[in-house]
Amino acid sequence: MARAVSTRRKITFTIIGWTVGLLIFFPVLWTILTSFKTELDAISIPPKWIFFDWTLENYATVQERSNYFRFMMNSVYLALGSTALGLIFAIPAAWAMAFSPTPRTKDVLLWMLSTKMLPAVGVLIPIYLIFRDWGLLDSRVGLIVVLFLINLPIMVWMLYTYFKEIPGEILEAARMDGASLSKEITHVLAPMSVPGIASTVLLSVILAWNEAFWTLNLTTSNAAPLTTFIASYSSPQGNFYAKLSAASTLAIAPILILGWFSQKQLVRGLTFGAVK
Amino acid sequence: MGNITLNKVSKSFGTTHVIKDIDLAIDDGEFVVFVGPSGCGKSTLLRLIAGLEDVSSGKIMIDGTDATGLAPAKRRLSMVFQSYALYPHMSVRQNIAFPLKMAGNDKAVIDKKVGDAARVLNLTDYLDRKPRQLSGGQRQRVAIGRAIVREPEAFLFDEPLSNLDAALRVNMRLEISELHQQLKTTMIYVTHDQVEAMTMADKIVVLQAGRIEQVGSPLDLYKHPANRFVAGFIGSPKMNFVEGAEAKRHDASAIGVRPEHLDISTTDGLWKGKVGVSEHLGSDTFLHVHLDGAGPNDETITVRTGGEVMLAHGDTVYLTPQADKIHKFDAQGLAIK
Repeated sequence: MARAVSTRRKITFTIIGWTVGLLIFFPVLWTILTSFKTELDAISIPPKWIFFDWTLENYATVQERSNYFRFMMNSVYLALGSTALGLIFAIPAAWAMAFSPTPRTKDVLLWMLSTKMLPAVGVLIPIYLIFRDWGLLDSRVGLIVVLFLINLPIMVWMLYTYFKEIPGEILEAARMDGASLSKEITHVLAPMSVPGIASTVLLSVILAWNEAFWTLNLTTSNAAPLTTFIASYSSPQGNFYAKLSAASTLAIAPILILGWFSQKQLVRGLTFGAVK
Repeated sequence: MGNITLNKVSKSFGTTHVIKDIDLAIDDGEFVVFVGPSGCGKSTLLRLIAGLEDVSSGKIMIDGTDATGLAPAKRRLSMVFQSYALYPHMSVRQNIAFPLKMAGNDKAVIDKKVGDAARVLNLTDYLDRKPRQLSGGQRQRVAIGRAIVREPEAFLFDEPLSNLDAALRVNMRLEISELHQQLKTTMIYVTHDQVEAMTMADKIVVLQAGRIEQVGSPLDLYKHPANRFVAGFIGSPKMNFVEGAEAKRHDASAIGVRPEHLDISTTDGLWKGKVGVSEHLGSDTFLHVHLDGAGPNDETITVRTGGEVMLAHGDTVYLTPQADKIHKFDAQGLAIK
């Protein structure tokens, strides 16, 4: 039931909402603005907001110096590859935890999630050594596996909360109707949880796309995604802010657009089960 | 052939024993109803037969072969769930076709069988709808349709009518009985409603606390309950129990008299009492009579009389149990023959 909210409260919350929203968005906005400035304008004090000489020269320089498209394709491969691999493992795992829970299921879920609280740098050395010995450094395959593993707990958790909402009797009915385990999942569970799976995929793609720590440490050029591309424009000397901003804007544009179009789905997915 | 035999079947969840050493034989074509209060294990027993739960010990034989370890789908049984458990993303047609599709039938066969089932169940006009666009009764029929297309050895019903309103429940009860007459397939039906049990069953299995209290035909259980639990559970309104001196007179620790087996008079009789609440159903009247000191105990006895009896609250009446309809129970609650 909708509660009556006074106009004053509405205005107050609207102002707070917009303030927080703008604060969060400001760095992105500033990056985009800076990418259209000359290097001199980019560092001028006081900062120039909109009244500067708009230029595309940074984008031209960036495209000239490095092959944006190759980095972007790497990002696409990594994001989609790790997400696809994640689904293959996360769906059965979440299925098992949601529909045949044991007294320890909650512990397992929490333990999986707790790995996300570990500072990644703590396992950098062992993973780096494994990558070196197995010849996985700067390979897409190696990175896909790492990104898949770091996002797996979140994927399992999200799918688990979705699957929990599906009545077990429907899966039992499928079992009685002669569906094998794989058919039970592909014909009944998966189609019923399309919204949940879609949100999970979106989140996983976004997280993999934005992942910088592992991609920076484990790649140099061949498998380098857009995060590495941005980093290559930060240098300790010289004027680089505008070019760095242009590179950043190029790197975040695809995921920003994806996020924009799927925001409803994403919000619904992240808050699913929280409110009934 | 759909005969099912349970041999010393037990089920425990952790340290809770839900089903204790149950032996039961169900003949081909029988309509068997498992009835009992909630928590008696009747649904668990059905799920054990279905294969949705594994037995802790004992054996389940279906059609002469050991099915104890078989997967649900391999047992050739169909189940109708309390919540109907329809696939919400599929149309009615796809729902009914699902078991046939899983069994690898080709499209022509599937179409024919789905069409036949839809005709039997009056669902032909709804085949392309989604379950959410159907009423409760229609959903129930889709669930039954999905069960019958497989031509199973036996149907399992898990409280299928408890989500329907009263009028619809009576209709569906008749439809299921009718279906049993047509198909002559074994049906096992779980309910907590003894009226459903009495009206539908060939054989009633009364369960309490994981054990079978009695197995028999509806009239058998009504006429010859094996113990006080069955006597009180079967029959509506409930049987009246009287203990103390009056029971002693019959060499029993308690006697039971059904409300319909009491003669009522305003002038003389065995037990004297005052009329309390009268429930007028039109066809019948249920009188709750408070016996006073002259009777066996200060108890309330329910009497079933004709619809036209007009007695006011507080009127004095005399009740006499029909001598040949008195049930006698010993101190353990077992019936004395």
